Amino acid sequence: MTRTLTLMRAGFDPTRHGALCALGGILLFNLLVTPNFLHAQTLFVNISQVATIAIVAMGMTLVISTGGIDLSVGAIMALSGALAPLIFLSEFAAANPTLGLVASIIVPILVALCCGVFNGVLVSYLNVQPIVATLIFFISGRGLAQVMTNGNLQTFTNPSFSYLGTGKVLGLPFQGWLVLLIAVVLYWMVTRSVFGRQLLAVGGNERAARLSGIPVHRVKIGAYVICAGLSGLAGLIVVAINSASDAARIGNLMELDAIAAAVVGGTLLQGGRAPIFGAVLGAVIIQLVKYTLLANGIADEVALIAKAGIIIAAVYLQQARKE
Amino acid sequence: MTCAGFFRPGGHSFGVWVVLVAMILFGLLRYENFGGAYNISSFLNYNAMFIVISVGMCFVILTGGIDLSVGSVAAFTSVVAAYLSPYGIQVALPGAVMAGLAIGGLNAVFVVLMRIPPFIATLATMLGAKGGALVISGAQTISIDWELNFTKLGMEKAFNLLPWTIVITAVVVVGLWIVLERTSLGRTVLAIGGGEDASTMMGLNVNRAKIFVYVLSGGCGGMAGVFLASGFGAGQPLEGVGWELSAIASVVVGGTLLTGGMGSVGATVAGALLLGLVFNILNFENGRGVISLSAYWQMVIRGGFLFVVILLQSHLARRSKGATQ
Repeated sequence: MTRTLTLMRAGFDPTRHGALCALGGILLFNLLVTPNFLHAQTLFVNISQVATIAIVAMGMTLVISTGGIDLSVGAIMALSGALAPLIFLSEFAAANPTLGLVASIIVPILVALCCGVFNGVLVSYLNVQPIVATLIFFISGRGLAQVMTNGNLQTFTNPSFSYLGTGKVLGLPFQGWLVLLIAVVLYWMVTRSVFGRQLLAVGGNERAARLSGIPVHRVKIGAYVICAGLSGLAGLIVVAINSASDAARIGNLMELDAIAAAVVGGTLLQGGRAPIFGAVLGAVIIQLVKYTLLANGIADEVALIAKAGIIIAAVYLQQARKE
Repeated sequence: MTCAGFFRPGGHSFGVWVVLVAMILFGLLRYENFGGAYNISSFLNYNAMFIVISVGMCFVILTGGIDLSVGSVAAFTSVVAAYLSPYGIQVALPGAVMAGLAIGGLNAVFVVLMRIPPFIATLATMLGAKGGALVISGAQTISIDWELNFTKLGMEKAFNLLPWTIVITAVVVVGLWIVLERTSLGRTVLAIGGGEDASTMMGLNVNRAKIFVYVLSGGCGGMAGVFLASGFGAGQPLEGVGWELSAIASVVVGGTLLTGGMGSVGATVAGALLLGLVFNILNFENGRGVISLSAYWQMVIRGGFLFVVILLQSHLARRSKGATQ
C-alpha cells in the first residue's frame, strides 16, 4: 500500500491516466487498421526510433520540473553526433582502436555536459530566463557542429560504435534497454535521492526551497547538466543508427518532441513534478502517432498537425484539472 | 516609468543604439561600398521581414508571453500569397496577412480563452502552421510568375524613393510605435507585463490587450510571408525555421525584458538591424579575402552575440535592482 502511494506520488500519477488511455486507443486503432502491426519488425523499428526521443524527454522532464526549459537539446545532439565520427575516424583512433572508440563516446558526452553547465550557470547564477539562456546553444550549437565538420556528411563503417544504435540484447534493440536503464536510475534519483527531493522542492517553490537551505543554484545546474548529457548520448545513438553523421540534421526539432513527450507524460510546465516514466510514455505516444500516420500512408506534414493537436489537448486537460 | 521612447537614452535600450551606431561607423570606415545605395537597399529589403516579425514579437513579449509560431506563419502565408498572386498584389497581400491574423487569432484563443501557457500554445500552432504550409503546397515551393505585379514589391520604388517593402515596414514600425506609446491599448500592454493581476484589478481590459498582441504577431508573420514570397519569387513552405528565435533574439538584444513590462518598438528594430548587420559585415569581411568564414560561422557568431547581450542585460538588471533597493 505504501509502495503504491510512493508510486503515485512520484511517477504513476492519476493525471497520467489520460496518456495511458491515449496509448491504448492508438494501439487498438493500429491493431484494427494498420497492416502487419503485430509484427516483430514493427516493434524493433518503433523501439529504435523512440529511444532517442525518450532519452532526451527524460532529461527535459528534469529541467521542466525545476520550472525551466531547455531548447538546446537538438543542437547538443548535433554537437556530440558530429564529434564522435571526427574522433574515431582520426589518425589517433586508427592507431589505438579501443582507446579511440572509448574516446569517441566519452569526449562528446563530456562536451555535452559542459554545454549543460553553461546553460545551468546562466539560468541559476546569472538569473537569465531559461528560454533565452538555452537559446544561445540552440542558435550556435548546430553552427559549431557544422564548422567542425565543414558541413560535410561523415559516413563510416565502425561495427563497434554502431552497436549503440543497431545492436541487439535478448532480441531487442540495445537502445531500448538503455532507455529502461536510464529510466530506472532517474526514477530512483527523483523518488529516493536527496537530489531528487531538492529538485522537486526547487520546482515547487523556489523561494521556500532557498529559505530552507537547499542549494538552489547547484540543483538547477544539475538538472541542465543531466539533460545535456542525455542529449549528447542521444546524438551518439542517432549517428550510430545511420552509420552517418550530418550536423544539419541530427536532433533537428528534437526540443519540440522532447517537450511534447514530457508534457503528454504529465510534467507540469510550472515545475514541481518529474514523472520519469511518464516522459517515456509520452515519447512512445508521440512516436506511435508518427508511425501510425506514416504506416497508413498519411503524409509527414499531417503528422505535424496531429502532434500539435496532441500537445494542446494534453495541456488543456492538465489545465482544466487544476482549475 | 515603464514607457520607453524611440530614442530615449538610459534604461536597457541605450546600449543597443550605441553598438548599432558603432557598427555602422565601423562598416562605413572599413568598406568602400558599405554606405552605397545598393548595399543599404538590399540590406533593408532582406531584413524587412525580420524587422516586422520582431516588432510583433516585441508586443507579445511585453505582455510576458511568447510567440513561437511566427516563422511557420510566414512560411504558411508565403504559400497563400503565392497562390493568390495571379489575382494581383491587391488580393495577395491582404489575403496572406488575413491568413496570418487568423493563425494569430487561434493563438489568442488557446492562450486567453483556454489558458494554455503561451510557450506551449504557440509551439502547437508552430507545428500546425508548418504542417498546413506543407499540406497546401504539397511540400513544393510554389513559384510566382515574374511578370505579375506581386514580385515587384521588393524592387519597384514607391514615389521613386525606396522599395515598397521598406516603405511598408517603416509604416508598420511607426504605426505600432504610436500604438504602444500613445494609445491606451499600448499602455495596457505595458501594464500587463508589469503585473497582470494588478492590471486586471485596476480595471484594465487585460484579455482584449492579450488577444490584440497575439493577433498582431500573427499579422506581422503574415506580412513577413508576403515579403518572403515576393523577395524570392516563390511561396516557401520550408522556410521560417528558427525565425521565431531570431525575432526573440532581436527583442532581447533591444533590451526588452522577457518578463515583459518594459521595452520599446524602436530598440527592437535596432536589435533586428544589429543582428542583420553582423551578417552584412561578415559578408564584406569575406569579400576582402582577409578572413574566410563559412556560413556556419554566422550562426556561431550570432549565438555568441546573444550571449554577450544577455550578460550585459543581466548585469544591468542587477545594477538597477541594487539602485532601487
